Amino acid sequence: MTIQLSHFSAAFVFALFASIVFGITHRETTRDMVRYGLYCFAMFLGGILLAGWAMWLVRR
Amino acid sequence: MANPSTVKVKAAPSSSMMPVIAPALGWFIPGAGHVIQKRYIRGALLLVSIASLFLLGLMMQGHIYKANGGDILDILGFIGDLGAGGMYIVTLAMNGGQGAIAFATADYGTKFMIVAGLLNFIAVADAYHIAIGKKQ
Repeated sequence: MTIQLSHFSAAFVFALFASIVFGITHRETTRDMVRYGLYCFAMFLGGILLAGWAMWLVRR
Repeated sequence: MANPSTVKVKAAPSSSMMPVIAPALGWFIPGAGHVIQKRYIRGALLLVSIASLFLLGLMMQGHIYKANGGDILDILGFIGDLGAGGMYIVTLAMNGGQGAIAFATADYGTKFMIVAGLLNFIAVADAYHIAIGKKQ
């Protein structure tokens, strides 16, 4: 079985699963785990969007 | 005198063998090191996250690294893949992860599998910390 994800959907899935693991392993309490997981997810996606726009600017 | 509300209470290790068993089992089956220490939800989330990343990498026709003594990047790729434990062994046994350069996203798949292994290393360390009572 073969799947082909787009660049953004691959990055989204990657950010989601990596954030879950980071949240669970880097914090002590459940509340902190959720908050840190969401923070990591936002940073991943924010970084992706920023890098994408930066490359667009460089290309022009 | 310390304020009682600010004193951290460390979890007691549940068994003398747990610091060995939990990381070993957690490496072989992602999240299992947490499950045997009664952290069921954390274990399930780790299993779903790491296994999904690895399987998506396989389905994206990613390449899996074998033990090698060549290029440093190949060695690092092998170390990363090895972290996936049982999934890596089964994939090798089934001759999977050959990689397909025909797909543009196959390289993403390769990275997905390496990162799944590296994330599992972090999960293994976390299971060890729970076993020795350093983390709740």
